Amino acid sequence: MSDDTAGLATAERGLKGAGEALASFDEPDAGWIRRLQGFLHQYPTSIPFIVLLFGVIIFTIAAPDRFFAPFNFSLVLQQVTIIAVLGVAQTLVILTAGIDLSVGAIMILCSVVMGRTAVVYGVPVIIAFPLGLLCGLACGVVNGLIVTMLRLPPFIVTLGTWSIFGALNVWYSQSETIRQQDMQASAPFLQWTGTIIKPYDFFSRTLGLDWTFLKGWVLTYGSLLMLVLAVLIWYVLNRTPFGRHVYATGDDPDSAMLAGINANRTLIAVYGLAGLICAIAAWVLIGRIGGVSPQAGQTANLDSITAVVIGGTSLFGGRGSIVGTLIGALIVGVFRNGLALSGLELLWQDFAVGVLIIVAVTIDQWIRRISA
Amino acid sequence: MGSRWNIVKAAVAGLAFCGAMASASYAADTVGLITKTETNPFFVKMREGAQAKAKELGVTLITAAGKFDGDNDGQVAAIENLISAGAKGFAIVPSDSKAIVPTIKKARDAGLKVIVLDTPLDPMDAADATFATDNRKAGMLIGQWASKTLGDKAANAKIVFLDLATNQPTVDFLRDQGFMQGFGIDVKDPNKYGDEDDKRICDHEISQGDQEKGRTAMENALQKCPDVNVVYTINEPAAAGAWEALKAVGKDDGSVMIVSIDGGCPGVKNVKAGVIGATSQQYPLKMASMALEAIVSGKIPDIDPKMGFLDTGAQLITAKPVEGVKSISVEEGLKLCWG
Repeated sequence: MSDDTAGLATAERGLKGAGEALASFDEPDAGWIRRLQGFLHQYPTSIPFIVLLFGVIIFTIAAPDRFFAPFNFSLVLQQVTIIAVLGVAQTLVILTAGIDLSVGAIMILCSVVMGRTAVVYGVPVIIAFPLGLLCGLACGVVNGLIVTMLRLPPFIVTLGTWSIFGALNVWYSQSETIRQQDMQASAPFLQWTGTIIKPYDFFSRTLGLDWTFLKGWVLTYGSLLMLVLAVLIWYVLNRTPFGRHVYATGDDPDSAMLAGINANRTLIAVYGLAGLICAIAAWVLIGRIGGVSPQAGQTANLDSITAVVIGGTSLFGGRGSIVGTLIGALIVGVFRNGLALSGLELLWQDFAVGVLIIVAVTIDQWIRRISA
Repeated sequence: MGSRWNIVKAAVAGLAFCGAMASASYAADTVGLITKTETNPFFVKMREGAQAKAKELGVTLITAAGKFDGDNDGQVAAIENLISAGAKGFAIVPSDSKAIVPTIKKARDAGLKVIVLDTPLDPMDAADATFATDNRKAGMLIGQWASKTLGDKAANAKIVFLDLATNQPTVDFLRDQGFMQGFGIDVKDPNKYGDEDDKRICDHEISQGDQEKGRTAMENALQKCPDVNVVYTINEPAAAGAWEALKAVGKDDGSVMIVSIDGGCPGVKNVKAGVIGATSQQYPLKMASMALEAIVSGKIPDIDPKMGFLDTGAQLITAKPVEGVKSISVEEGLKLCWG
């Protein structure tokens, strides 16, 4: 979380003048609510973190033997990986006060491009895989260009491209599924993200360490890839000029422009990067289901927005973090898994996630009021 | 400003072109096919069957679909378009078997022949005829196969059900309950699942018929029933997802039997590979071509009044046939498969 504060501070330093004054709350007669508000303003990621802890505690009580186990935790991690990766892409876009409804469609299209070129058309995977990445980048850049050139709201643009990329997916895939076995035979590299790793075995075998607390953990390269990606994007957002430009553009595009930031170029880069990350999500998806299903991921766009919002990133732009999104995705995963293991029906899982979304945005609004 | 005008002009020209194309295709002898979605391979195959038949009969085929499974409004609009185009009739796979009934009545009042495919209406006689798979029978076949294959072990089976959706649409409970009947489970109310008290039922999970959600559902089911040995799946994508989950925990050693329904080509290949033990195959291409023939000729085949619909058939496909349950080989299944 300290990372996050640093991120915020850097972002605000980029704005010159707005930052420091907001972050000091040493009013002598501040009540505890006011102080809480101040604390949350300073450490926005603490809310989702508290919700996550809260979730873990109640489900541990509700389903003690099943829920609170390393294996189950690693399962949740695997189950949220795709949404978390898409969430990283979505965070970038939402930080610029935009939204990307097409992330799921880009992911499916890229998975079809990777799988079909490699398996059906027999193109070597060394070409097929980059082709898939390129497809994601191109889709993202198209989004960015339309947003900036035609000056349309991102919601409308990505609503349109969601449909367009979806149609291209149906056309290119011919609605045909690629089976796990066919994928394994001609392009096992695309399944790499689904490879299982047992950290305990790894450490005891390679380093001779008997770390028993790692026993039961079962991860995939996909979940590790997600963490690496998150760290990378966190670095970009918090330690590079580009990252500062993203926050600044999202907070106030006009003053960003006055500060010499090319907002259009930043936006195109953000949408392009988001598209590229969607292609990585496609790789993770192939690993998870073994093959390619053009039917998968119908609700992935909304799930990614859910993760971002619950993770405390503001839909109004300029505020939020990757760490928050990861925790947001984990919250959704923990609630779904926990409620399922407690024997509750799917509709109550949906109900709970809905409540979480509204609570998250309410808190965001409340924290924002401190600066008013 | 100039460039913007050009965009507007291009857009207007494009719209006019589309309009011209649309009116050109509304010829005198027009029939329609309305499916639930554009993308599901089952409906893609259905459309292929209809297109081939329409060509053979020399009629114009208009196809339409809802935007997503359950999109009633989209189907209503498609029917209205067919009425105003003066179509002879249409075949439809209803997204909502109750809500579409008034619109179907409107079409029939306007003189259109309506044949319902795959998912019967509620009430069924709201259409001129229904051509469908007997989903309960399809479920029964895999249930019987599973029970006979297990033999004595069937009495202590641990069964996980990967169902379709929480609202239990017809196809969902028919297949699920059919499987239970075939397996020898007391189903209580035959028109819904979840009210049974058989100890062998270990868990019901929702897969939404999707490969990724099928995997997640199976992962959660494994947490509740680590000693599962039978998995019923609503369709083959869910089965493929379940297999990935089983593989991840080393249960791909033949200790768990998966059964499914649909008969899509990837599914039949999975039977061949030993991923799925047996599947019940249904025939979308046949459904569509039979319906078009009936609409164009105006002659509806005789339908067994006890069934209420024309059964387009379901056959069990397995590499390990058992006595007493009729099945066809994987090779035959691959010749008949779709998607």
